Amino acid sequence: MWAMAMKEFRQMRRDRRTLAMMILLPVVLLVVFGYAASFDVDRVRTVVVGPRAEQVAAALPERLDVVRVAPGEGRKDAVESLRDAGAAVAVVTSDAGQPQVLVDGADLFSARSVVTELRGRPGLPAPEVLFNPGLETSAIMVPGLMGVVLVFVGTIATALGVVRERQSGTLEQLAVMPFRARDVLGGKLLPYLGVAAVDLAVIVAVGVLVFDVPFNGSPFVFALVALLFLFVTVGIGVLISTVSETQGQAIQLAIMTMLPQILLSGLIFPLQAMAPGVRWIGYLLPLTYFVQVARGVMVRGAPFEALLFPLAMLAVLGAVVFGLAVARFRRDLAPSGRGHGAGEAGAGQDEAAPTRAAAR
Amino acid sequence: MTDRRTWGCRRLAVRYGATRALEEVTFEVAAGTIAAVVGGDGAGKTSLLRALAGTVRPAAGTVRRPGERRLGYVSAGPGVWADLTVDENLSFSGRAYGLDAAELERRIGGLLERTGLAGARDRLAGQLSGGMRQKLALAMAVAHEPDLLILDEPTTGVDPVSRAELWRLLAASAAGGAAVVVATTYLDEAERAATVLVLDRGRSLLEGTPDEVVAATPGLVVEGTDRPEGLAAWRRGARWRAWSPGGAAPPGTSPVTLDLEDAVIVAQLREDQRWAA
Repeated sequence: MWAMAMKEFRQMRRDRRTLAMMILLPVVLLVVFGYAASFDVDRVRTVVVGPRAEQVAAALPERLDVVRVAPGEGRKDAVESLRDAGAAVAVVTSDAGQPQVLVDGADLFSARSVVTELRGRPGLPAPEVLFNPGLETSAIMVPGLMGVVLVFVGTIATALGVVRERQSGTLEQLAVMPFRARDVLGGKLLPYLGVAAVDLAVIVAVGVLVFDVPFNGSPFVFALVALLFLFVTVGIGVLISTVSETQGQAIQLAIMTMLPQILLSGLIFPLQAMAPGVRWIGYLLPLTYFVQVARGVMVRGAPFEALLFPLAMLAVLGAVVFGLAVARFRRDLAPSGRGHGAGEAGAGQDEAAPTRAAAR
Repeated sequence: MTDRRTWGCRRLAVRYGATRALEEVTFEVAAGTIAAVVGGDGAGKTSLLRALAGTVRPAAGTVRRPGERRLGYVSAGPGVWADLTVDENLSFSGRAYGLDAAELERRIGGLLERTGLAGARDRLAGQLSGGMRQKLALAMAVAHEPDLLILDEPTTGVDPVSRAELWRLLAASAAGGAAVVVATTYLDEAERAATVLVLDRGRSLLEGTPDEVVAATPGLVVEGTDRPEGLAAWRRGARWRAWSPGGAAPPGTSPVTLDLEDAVIVAQLREDQRWAA
């Protein structure tokens, strides 16, 4: 038995990735559950509007973090603030009578904490929950879950598909064929994008029809965010495939990129409840922005302009990740830059240069 | 049809980081002929073939090859898509090289016939025997009738009958005008080639026709039932062969007519002695 254990230990020592995962994963989990795993939102972004805004703002409980006071605005503006995710709570004051408190039901945990707080205090007005009046968990989980599915299809399936070519030795065959790197990559990814699109349609349909998740916004904006997000996830998949020799390694790396996204993107634990040091990790993760847009479009019916920032972040992440992935993939596929015409670096003349493949 | 051109490399060097895989290798293969590249593991055969095919960037030297659409390549791996059928593999490869549907169908029919794969047309490539899989890989590499056909050990691990069939197909490609480069570890196969390049530790050890390579061997190779004393010796079947650099046959041995295997072993022994010195 000792011989077996020694052999296993030697193999484990050489399998750096598994070792890294065994050591890093507990650290990541510790950080996540120590600093990020909290449903308690202490401070809720609040706008106060109406003629008595200044006066009411000063008297609000501490939990309501007033970010804007606008005496000149009314209820319509307040609802817009919530729809644009500028705040989670809006207090609408009037010259006479109690102010109204509007709560964004799509920001589930902030909403719950405010509702609990306000209901516990006699004399304060009963809050009105917008967008997700029943404060249903499914209404905010289903849009986020779509992102997880896209991560699955985009990252894991893509990485496996590309690594399979490498592992089976057919990537070398592709490298010799008259394909450009972008044709190989594009052709390789197209079926996965198709499957992801079908997946997405099915989840939206099930979410809306079975779980009664609202779909208040524009399907086009939703399609746009899904496409941008897929670019990032597929790019991560290709990137993983370029540093993995086997499908096992690819899955390990894919899990290491998925886990932080699921835990730190605001999908499960609200970003506002995380310690600032951990929260910024969330702001680097593509799923964070997908979740924001998906919830914004489906639950709040947020307009395109209100979602510009997360959409732009996804576009930037997509450009960076996909650009890196393509560059690495191209290097793997055609190291000699088998272009036509004169001189490969330092060496290599290509003779007879007919046009490139027409069949792609 | 191809014209009578030669392909190959001049003073080629290939390096992987600090590892020198090939140094100063010059090699040519003419249209209509087969050139064999032989050598042990790590000799540089695959690096040479990859540099010829363009999947490895040369560190120095020049490579002369046709455009990528006129090149056929069978890598050392399976080189076929295991989860596609024989037919689908051939179609994909043909389409990649720009064959239209009608032409593709015609060529696939002929190739299946010649390779004996017609009955396995709808079988998944992953379910084929080693020999059949290699024949499929070869069929995929020649479907577009390339000017230069490069094969990395296509017969390794293949049964003798399939080996003979693969060589028949290679000969047919050469007869059709292609320049064929085959890496192999089987010297009996290399004897069938028009020219042979023997690589050792990334350098060219011998080059020429099999007869020229054999004729260039210095000294004498002798054979006996017992291992001769004081000479570098190797087993050949049940008997021993030994190289006598001075040309004298020790008692109990008799000179033999050299073949390519002897010539390569002697060259290897001389190289080992040179490195040891």
